[in-house]
Amino acid sequence: MIHRIEIGFKEGIRDVLGEKTKRKIIEHLGIDVAEVDTIEVYTMEGDIVGDELGKIASGPLSDPIIQKYAIDRGLAARFDWLIEVGFRPGVTDNVGKTAREAVELLLNKKGVDVYTSRQYVLRGNITRKDAERIASGLLANELIQRYEIISGREWNPAEEVRPYVPRVTIEDNPSTEEIDLDVSDEELQEISDTRVLALTVDEIKVMRNYLHNETVLNERMKTGLNEKITDVELECLAQSWSEHCKHKIFNSIIDYEDENGSHTTTDSLFSNCIKKSTREIREDLGEDDWCLSVFVDNAGIIRFNDDYNLVFKVETHNSPSALDPYGGALTGIVGVNRDPFGTGKGSKLIFNTDVFCFASPFYKKPLPKRILHPRRIYEGVREGVEHGGNKSGIPTVNGCLVFDERYLGKPLVYCGTGGIMPARILGEATYSKEIVPGDIIIMTGGRIGKDGIHGATFSSEELHEDSPVTAVQIGDPITQKKMTDFLLIARDRNLYRTITDNGAGGLSSSVGEMATLCGGCELDLKKAPLKYAGLKPWEILISEAQERMSLAVPPENCEEFLDLAGKMNVEATILGTFTDSGKFHAYYGDDTVAYLDMEFLHDGLPRMQLNAKWIPPQHKEPDFPEPDDMGQALKDMLSRLNICSKESVVRQYDHEVQGGSVVKPLVGVANDGPSDAAVIRPILDSFEGVVVSNGICPRYSDIDTYHMAACAIDEAVRNAIAVGGSLARLAGIDNFCWCDPVESEKTPDGQYKLAQLVRANRALYDYTKAYGVPCISGKDSMKNDYIIGETKISIPPTLLFSTMGKIEDVRKAVTMDAKKSGDLVYVLGETREELGGSEWFALHGFTGNNVPKVNALKAKNLYDALTGAINKGLVASCHDCSDGGLGIALAETAFAGGLGMDVDLSRVPREGIERDDYLFFSESQSRFVATVFPKSREEFEGILAGNIIACAGKITSNKTFRVYGTNGETIVEEDINDLKKVWQKPLNF
Amino acid sequence: MANRVRSIVITGNGTNCEMEMAHACRLAGSAKVDIVHISELLYGEKRLDDYHFLNLPGGFLDGDDLGSAKAGANRIIHADIKGGREKLYAQFVKFIADGKLILGVCNGFQLMVKLGLLPAFDRDYSTQTVTLTFNDSGRFEDRWVYLRINGDSPCVFTRGLEKIYLPVRNGEGKIVTKNPVILEKLHTNNHIVMQYSDENYERATMDYPDNPNGSVDAIAGICDETGRIFGLMPHPEAYLHYTNHPRWTREIMPEDGAGLSIFRNAVDFIQRNL
Repeated sequence: MIHRIEIGFKEGIRDVLGEKTKRKIIEHLGIDVAEVDTIEVYTMEGDIVGDELGKIASGPLSDPIIQKYAIDRGLAARFDWLIEVGFRPGVTDNVGKTAREAVELLLNKKGVDVYTSRQYVLRGNITRKDAERIASGLLANELIQRYEIISGREWNPAEEVRPYVPRVTIEDNPSTEEIDLDVSDEELQEISDTRVLALTVDEIKVMRNYLHNETVLNERMKTGLNEKITDVELECLAQSWSEHCKHKIFNSIIDYEDENGSHTTTDSLFSNCIKKSTREIREDLGEDDWCLSVFVDNAGIIRFNDDYNLVFKVETHNSPSALDPYGGALTGIVGVNRDPFGTGKGSKLIFNTDVFCFASPFYKKPLPKRILHPRRIYEGVREGVEHGGNKSGIPTVNGCLVFDERYLGKPLVYCGTGGIMPARILGEATYSKEIVPGDIIIMTGGRIGKDGIHGATFSSEELHEDSPVTAVQIGDPITQKKMTDFLLIARDRNLYRTITDNGAGGLSSSVGEMATLCGGCELDLKKAPLKYAGLKPWEILISEAQERMSLAVPPENCEEFLDLAGKMNVEATILGTFTDSGKFHAYYGDDTVAYLDMEFLHDGLPRMQLNAKWIPPQHKEPDFPEPDDMGQALKDMLSRLNICSKESVVRQYDHEVQGGSVVKPLVGVANDGPSDAAVIRPILDSFEGVVVSNGICPRYSDIDTYHMAACAIDEAVRNAIAVGGSLARLAGIDNFCWCDPVESEKTPDGQYKLAQLVRANRALYDYTKAYGVPCISGKDSMKNDYIIGETKISIPPTLLFSTMGKIEDVRKAVTMDAKKSGDLVYVLGETREELGGSEWFALHGFTGNNVPKVNALKAKNLYDALTGAINKGLVASCHDCSDGGLGIALAETAFAGGLGMDVDLSRVPREGIERDDYLFFSESQSRFVATVFPKSREEFEGILAGNIIACAGKITSNKTFRVYGTNGETIVEEDINDLKKVWQKPLNF
Repeated sequence: MANRVRSIVITGNGTNCEMEMAHACRLAGSAKVDIVHISELLYGEKRLDDYHFLNLPGGFLDGDDLGSAKAGANRIIHADIKGGREKLYAQFVKFIADGKLILGVCNGFQLMVKLGLLPAFDRDYSTQTVTLTFNDSGRFEDRWVYLRINGDSPCVFTRGLEKIYLPVRNGEGKIVTKNPVILEKLHTNNHIVMQYSDENYERATMDYPDNPNGSVDAIAGICDETGRIFGLMPHPEAYLHYTNHPRWTREIMPEDGAGLSIFRNAVDFIQRNL
């Protein structure tokens, strides 16, 4: 029997979700709605009798103080339109799941299914067309949701809304198909295309040759297979060989031609740029090497102190976030959480850091097909990460937002997570992994559904018209929290030997990769717990359904492990055994459905050979005059999207849970200044801390990605230095988001884009090496293009460089806000005419050519000296100069401190700059604005001796931000509160 | 007299502030502090009886999916202790009857209110009379707030305190009472322990953001008539050391964070009275 319970607010109780929805309808869609109410709907299917419905409605589902309910009748009254939005079948319904558990506990019976939907009750002068727009353009994402629109005129209050049950009904026919690969190239291509395998014909031919091998074939025959590949094997190989999992481009052999026509060959950018730098830094550190596990695990591990290790990983979840911003981003954050959680023996998660790249939320032009409005993406992603981070109890300590119109086609959603693990558990080191043949394969956490099928291969191609819906998942932070609570206890009791997460590629990747540690596995897909019947074996193997970890458990611990899981209400299932057979062997019941050599599965993929050609672009040099009103120019800059305050987003993330917050994302006299980096104290009875920062500057890619990468690295490092971090123990994570750099019909400029990638990697090697900041893990996402019809949008090549470091004593940390009138204002570092790609040029519609360049040697000396001064307590405030340069850093320092500032540009150290606006807004790297107590002047200058620094002004007690130009005249005289207001306004929604 | 205060911090199903809450109990001098997963209570491996001080920390019980702490309250009311002879809720009732102390913060406070543990007029600890619902802003917010403390309240946790500065981190922190009579009773019986105020702690305020959620009469925390059962939306366990303060780099402040005093009062009370 199907029943509906509707829950609404009592008369006189504010419906803030309704109010918020009303605002969005007016602001986003320009439709003048008068009133919006919301009603929560629970559709139940199962054996519910008598007064049980009343108990459910008045018990867990409604709040007796503020809510009313209706059972099997409509609650809505007096409206013009009613829009009900519910999930499509198979889409994760977290609230429905919680409701089901609550109902089962309340009634003490099993077998009640609960599905949720929400009604929006609209009043006002709205046409049916408007209502359609509100439903499809704001309230529902038709990929994952369905909606129903009911006119108030047609509404019969006595009649309920017809119940809709989004039950998954698929034919339960778990068969395995055999696919003949001995067919034409066209047919091979078709196999790849129809199955979203993202394989090339050549790659499929490698599989064909493998199957033709006599030894291989003989062994297959013994298991009941033949020379045809099974769909399980084909899908498994496609996942394992995807760009997403294998990083084919980063591992390719590249012929690079520079602007003079000379050629160099790079045999794997990954080995020769990223890993090489780390290897050399570790060699230089020798016995003091503090890296413990780099590039081999789900995340990198470094030493924190003798008792603890730190773990860090940053991931992207771009393509899913383009299709379903909320679900995509939520899955992104809870997904990256599992990386450090599944690294080594497993770590407790201590911070999140997020960076989003969007088109302007105020985008006004027509939208290309299948693209959601950037404001919808912005708010959906923001909310997804809010729910994922906050509900997991992990503080979001740092992050940023970057805006560029080219992120319209694909937004970038970078999510990073750090963890901490005991250095030893029961005497054994925790940073490495091992598996003994005979260990049991156990999967724990959520169940497997069709959600997230083909995520790995889908993200390995551009977003196109037929991008699959099943690639989108919705994460469930609470299921994951229950699982991690359980696994941390299991870890500390040493119940399992090894852990890894189920992310891209699902079991195929997690078990497949774990099996390399012992040399094989036997897996029965029939044993896997499913959300609903009807999955085929290949779907079970590659589903990316969320909240699952795979473990290797010694047989003698299995019982205890499963008992603990049961007690803590977490599902855990034995799926098979790890072996040393050399084979990836999957069964469905008694039948073999995949039988592949481990070596072929992981190393059978042929390397790509690619060509790169660098032709430096030439942009028009700007020809705008110096502004008459520099105060206004400063305000214009402060209100740029890339510069303005991100407080409204920051506030919605819990940045203090776990109790170790030291430098918060918002600082200063009114708790609203923009912090450069975060400092946290993960062990509450210690003053040792962790510093977290990011650097990202995609605009410079339009000129030269070498310098873009150098600047991103420098920005991340100097942000860490600014709050009191040091180069002594700072680790990096590289995260490349590129547009397709492989030349093809779709990508005629592939050679140039690949050259951009090569150059960025060369900078990565040069600068991480020079700073001694080793990359410990990383990620690349290489297909950030949108192609539908004639429209192609490629993102600017974007490198996010994130750092995590150790700060010996958090009590020495420094924030960016000016502290006291009379403090001296120092500008550290040299300002050059480097406005290419700057915000100041962008404001005037130019790119220019003089991109900022980093002098690593000078920068390193400055950073070391500044760390010394901060550790001696000589620095009152320190703020990095990035977007918008010195002018922005000075103004932010002043208004965050609630104090005025007098600064004289003629005293600012500079080289080759003629114009005051250029001096004020140049984005030369490796610079800071620091304020210093007058009594510390001599000591500070002594420690910084040999570096380019100057005292350029002082903090004042009035509220005026005053700047003298190089000719001695006052060029800016603004009230700091006016500046702050301008800076706070744009994204304050 | 040797310290024998035993504290329990309950976790599981989405609770996430258990670590710092336990740390606060330890710093406050509790001799024994256990973080206990709710399954250990439900399996009868741990009992509330063995403790003096029950901490219900912040988090998102069951994702707050049915309204904050609703599914969590449903669990405590209806779940049996293994063996089926006792409800978990009965242990709560006995704990209160024994004169012991309960502190609920944020989601823990929401849980207490929805269980009826607060304000519990006339010691009826099972009827809900107030609720905590969505902030007027319609959003989750993390921000620090100034709180005036009612010196006439019987609350044992806030003895000697007049004001405190703490962070709120919630999306459902707005107190609403069933009717004006209930609100009146909260005032007249001094159930109201703390209110959001202006930055000079001069008066309770309804102005956003000083009052971050639009809570009626600026109420931030309430206690029962014994003063031993206390719930509040702001997080005292988030301010245990001066480096937690958002402006510690610009103001001189004592080593201990102000939030610790709430836990000290609890431990001292138990030490003297139980």
